[in-house]
Amino acid sequence: MDSTDKKKILISPVTRIEGHAKITLQLDDQGNVEDAFFHVNEFRGFEKFCEGRMFTEMPIITPRICGICPVSHSIASVKACEMIQGIQPTYTGDLLRRLIHLGQNISSHALSFFHLSSPDFLLGYDSDPVKRNIIGLAENHKEIAVSGIRLRKFGQEISERITGKKIHISGIAPGGMAYPLTEENRLALLAWIPEAKKTVKLGLDIIKKFMDENREMVESFAISPTLYLGLVGPNGEHEIYDGNLRFIDTDGTILEDQLNPAKYLDVIAERSVEWSYLKYPYYKPFGFDKGFYRVGPLARLNVASKMKTPEAQKEFENFKSINSGKPVHGTFYFHYTRLIEALGSVEEAEIILNDPEITSDKIQNLGRWNNPVGIGCSEAPRGTLFHHYITDDTGKLTKVNLLIATGQNNPSMNRSVLEVAKQYIKGTDIKEGMINRVESTIRCYDPCLSCSTHAIGKMPMVIEMKDRNGNLLKTFQRSY
Amino acid sequence: MSLLDIDERILDVAALADIVKCPIVDGKDLPEVDITLVEGSVTSDEHYHEILHIRKQSKAVVALGDCAVMTNITGMRNYFNLKDVVDAAYADAISNDKEGKIPNHPALLKLNEKVVPLQEVIDVDFVIPGCPPDADTIFYVLFEFLNDRIPNLSDVKKLKYG
Repeated sequence: MDSTDKKKILISPVTRIEGHAKITLQLDDQGNVEDAFFHVNEFRGFEKFCEGRMFTEMPIITPRICGICPVSHSIASVKACEMIQGIQPTYTGDLLRRLIHLGQNISSHALSFFHLSSPDFLLGYDSDPVKRNIIGLAENHKEIAVSGIRLRKFGQEISERITGKKIHISGIAPGGMAYPLTEENRLALLAWIPEAKKTVKLGLDIIKKFMDENREMVESFAISPTLYLGLVGPNGEHEIYDGNLRFIDTDGTILEDQLNPAKYLDVIAERSVEWSYLKYPYYKPFGFDKGFYRVGPLARLNVASKMKTPEAQKEFENFKSINSGKPVHGTFYFHYTRLIEALGSVEEAEIILNDPEITSDKIQNLGRWNNPVGIGCSEAPRGTLFHHYITDDTGKLTKVNLLIATGQNNPSMNRSVLEVAKQYIKGTDIKEGMINRVESTIRCYDPCLSCSTHAIGKMPMVIEMKDRNGNLLKTFQRSY
Repeated sequence: MSLLDIDERILDVAALADIVKCPIVDGKDLPEVDITLVEGSVTSDEHYHEILHIRKQSKAVVALGDCAVMTNITGMRNYFNLKDVVDAAYADAISNDKEGKIPNHPALLKLNEKVVPLQEVIDVDFVIPGCPPDADTIFYVLFEFLNDRIPNLSDVKKLKYG
């Protein structure tokens, strides 16, 4: 078909996420950037509309918060339900949930790296924006694009082969799982492992080559020392499904360790702000101004003492050597750590698929309502996620609190935007490349607000500059 | 997200069509297009203006997914007053400190009292329900449209809500 005959398709988000990432920059009287406000523009109201429902509905309702990390919501939710019921999942049920969660981590990280970010590394930050996406990538690097698409497919297929659905799955239930894994499906998933490993390593080669060739940029890119939070296993190992909380400070000193997630309110508070629908969480002992912390792949590798699998451990040691064992603060390293996690996830999925109990039919323990409060936690691809339910004595929800992964990176994203703005802006002149820098800074965090429908193409963005009195000086807009 | 679940076939779609970059707020930049897939329901002033503009610029509008078709989970807040819904998150949440403010900024969208599906605001040409909508169905609908055929959803196995 001739290109002039080509039809045009538009994919538009309406409620899922904001249309534009909006940013307001405030200038002082001398024209220097004084403050930045990163506006997150979506609100749905889960905290309220879940009230009055039975707690057992939550593992089905809450995954709808996100199309990329629905499994993490289900996991946090069933854990909260299990605390209310006072039960534990069966061994096989637990293993199946872990496997599905690893699958989601693989597909989410594949999406972030291959679909969204690799065009920057392979085609260049300054390449034609129309082509700077997975489809443009397929024109020049077909094998890489298809491998990336297939890696995401593998992750999604784990969910599908156990529950029949790829997104918003049902079957993750309090006490374990509602569906087993058949032997036929186990073998089909196992057959994917060599290809999945190969593709993750291809991604690692791409990012390491890019980091070697762009050392200066990588080292100077939005270096924001913050605290870090992540789950760790009993021996401090990297963990995304289970475990307890660990907080470290900017030097890597452990502030909290093996803290039961049910005690999250002892260490985390959040503040709502006028300029955003996304709240600003902080580490409570340090207060709002000094309690910035980050979550997600970079945070998880910074807090972890080791990885659980050999090949990921080897990469982890390389990562740790970047800052001689101390936390790595460069925002760019989110990309690298995401791939190290993807490698660990593929290795762990292989181990689980070879567990003789994985196809057992003892998948669920049953229980009734026993306790009024349930708190559940998991590591979503973007970071630590908390669900907190309070019920009446019939099991109806009277209060719901949700602390979402991306929210916890919000204060740091806002600050990263401010850092980049200060570096690139003087008066109302805006240096070429400023918007690209802001975009790629935000993209490092892989925030959910750039998710789903934004997956193809660049992030549209509106930046408004205002004086101290709130008068509009200039607007920059880019939308494709 | 479910669009990406068509996997490698996204390249087949790209061979037949230009996937125009999304999304839109400033109407000037939205070109005329053949097919628009719209996810989500109309919950705010911005969405309302967006969807009217999308309708104007598109030959066919497809409501994609249960939120677009019938509001689904997004519409669950319709049983409550908007103020109570907002307060539950920004004033009364257990983890909130005492110094927060309710979001209120010119750059933020203004939430409508009630959430409505697309067809309450515009004429919708086609619906693909599901939460998520089934990837094979999405591909089938796109492929038929792109080959100048009207999709026949009575033949599609996985057409269902939820």
